[in-house]
Amino acid sequence: MNLAIDVRDMTKRFGALTAVDRIGLQVESGEIHGFLGPNGSGKTTFIRMLCGLLRPDGGSGTCLGFDVVNDSESIKRQVGYMTQRFSYWEDLTVGENLEFIARVYAVPDRRHAVRATIERMGLEKRRDQLAGTLSGGWKQRLALAACMLHSPKLLLLDEPTAGVDPQARREFWEQIHQLASEGITVLIATHYMDEAERCHRLAFVFHGRLLTHGTVDQVVRDSGLLTWAVAGPDLPELMAKLRSEPGVEQAVAFGNELHVAGGDGGALERVVAKYGGEGSVHRFRRIDPSLEDVFIHLMQQAKAEAGAKPPVQAG
Amino acid sequence: MNGARPHRGAFSFGRFAAIVQKEFVQMRRDRVTFAMMVGIPLLQLVLFSFAINLDPKHLPTAVVLADHGPAGRALVAAMQNSGYFDVVATLSSEDEARQVLARGEVQFVVNVPPLFTHDVWRGARPAILVETDGTDPGSAGNAVGNLQRIVDSSLHRDLTGPLARLRPGESPIELRIHTLYNPEAITQYSIVPGLMGVVLTMTLVLITSLAMTRERETGTMENLLSMPARPLEVLLGKIVPYVLVGYVQVGLILLAARYGFDVPMLGSALLLVVLSAVFIAANLAVGITFSTVAQNQRQAMQMGMFFFLPSILLSGFMFPFRGMPGWAQAIGEVFPLTHYLRVVRGIMLKGNGLQDVASHVWPIALFTAIALVIGVRRYRRTLD
Repeated sequence: MNLAIDVRDMTKRFGALTAVDRIGLQVESGEIHGFLGPNGSGKTTFIRMLCGLLRPDGGSGTCLGFDVVNDSESIKRQVGYMTQRFSYWEDLTVGENLEFIARVYAVPDRRHAVRATIERMGLEKRRDQLAGTLSGGWKQRLALAACMLHSPKLLLLDEPTAGVDPQARREFWEQIHQLASEGITVLIATHYMDEAERCHRLAFVFHGRLLTHGTVDQVVRDSGLLTWAVAGPDLPELMAKLRSEPGVEQAVAFGNELHVAGGDGGALERVVAKYGGEGSVHRFRRIDPSLEDVFIHLMQQAKAEAGAKPPVQAG
Repeated sequence: MNGARPHRGAFSFGRFAAIVQKEFVQMRRDRVTFAMMVGIPLLQLVLFSFAINLDPKHLPTAVVLADHGPAGRALVAAMQNSGYFDVVATLSSEDEARQVLARGEVQFVVNVPPLFTHDVWRGARPAILVETDGTDPGSAGNAVGNLQRIVDSSLHRDLTGPLARLRPGESPIELRIHTLYNPEAITQYSIVPGLMGVVLTMTLVLITSLAMTRERETGTMENLLSMPARPLEVLLGKIVPYVLVGYVQVGLILLAARYGFDVPMLGSALLLVVLSAVFIAANLAVGITFSTVAQNQRQAMQMGMFFFLPSILLSGFMFPFRGMPGWAQAIGEVFPLTHYLRVVRGIMLKGNGLQDVASHVWPIALFTAIALVIGVRRYRRTLD
């Protein structure tokens, strides 16, 4: 199997805080790999280590076959990195930004490459517009165009769709799938669940630790989580009661229903029997756990394991 | 919102106090600004009260002593004892003396003619020629003003016994003071060329100190770092455009000096333009180094101020360099502006050639090299 990313025990500390704690990750070539986790979970730090922007405190492995610790210069040449915050020059036009990037990467046949990228991303009409005056969706397109310009083999995208409208997001994902079909590997950090489901595989990190890894189905199955939907009157009171029941890890309002979830099937059955038995005004039915349910479940587990340790925020 | 308060336009002490408190909290968090609020007054206090002296003493003096009698020696000793003159060299020829004066190694050359002692005793009123460097009119003033008194009193002490008849009335010698390079002591002649250095320091250090911090603040630094660009490529690439800016400024000031203030250009304008490159590079290197150290643009500006202030005060631009105590002169020697002022005044007012100013060029070049090395090392290739 051809791995674009193959790293083990990647660790990064900032003072007392361990932002990334022994994360190992294997990403196959040509795969769209989701990288999920709440804010401050270490996603950005991990990606920055992969492309040589941060020096890991521990760990080893390869990225595109190059040593991830010692050969970051070679990695930089073949990776397209899209930062979380728009990081192109706002006082340059779209065309000037692309031209500059092409020159720094020494892209062969630069003029042609820039023109082709502009056409591909539909940026023709924006070519002479200052990047700073673009709307969020267009900025994101420019950013993707810029990190594709030097024909990288791997794209590292850090929350590329934050602040982008649904239409632009959909078009963006079409581009990503198109690129993947051409053999480009994509690692994409996000906290949108619908985007997670568009990935071939995904990894979930929390407090710098990798909690789960696999396809969406695998992740859901591996979690062992069971979810029930509840309909009926006075749901807020019911939600408060359910939350204090043993075996109920989550009781969350979803429109006109409550979603009740827990990892212990037996305990959950007893709760369902108690509140949804004969004569109850509430109707319970089993549903498939959502990815979000699974992630909340994994986070609660991780917190419980960490004990009374207060949650930490990573940059 | 403020329905409870009857007078919405009235001054609210609560709101006012909240703003005051917020300002204090922010002030405390911002270490560099805090350092500046304490540092700038301290710096000014020390520089103005200890370093700057409008009555320069211990001015380096060369003596061309052609007389070997006691009067000549007494004269030199008296000058030394007055505190105004430090005799640093005793030379044998007028040519040599002119050279050290041109290079700025001495402020004065005192020529004691042959048979000086003999002529004094004869009452022939021999002439003492004192040549001074007029490129910085401020430094020589008081010393020259006091010279006649110093000379007279030195000789009067010797004129005893039968020679006492020579004492009263006229001075036993004739003092000829010859100001070279700016004989009319026109202030503009020394200020305008100096201004060239000041303007370059102020604008170039400030502009380039923002160069890297701006990239960091707008987030484009992360992008630049993720690309395969080397630190030296980035730093030099950012410096070179401003070299051009520096030259535009040099050109403007030279034109203003020539046509606006009639400042002479005795030396080679081409040499000045060529050597200015070293000075421009020095300022850009400092600026770029600040910008690799500063966290944000404001800090970079503040660092620029910290550099600019002592530069202008200790370089000899505002106050006579030779009037400062040794420690202040030593600090002053570090700043490129100090040396550049000597180069500019030397070329424009004294007609210095390359060999005359070379000793002022290499300290600037050394400063540039050190600043660049620090800059390149401080340039973080990662975001750590």
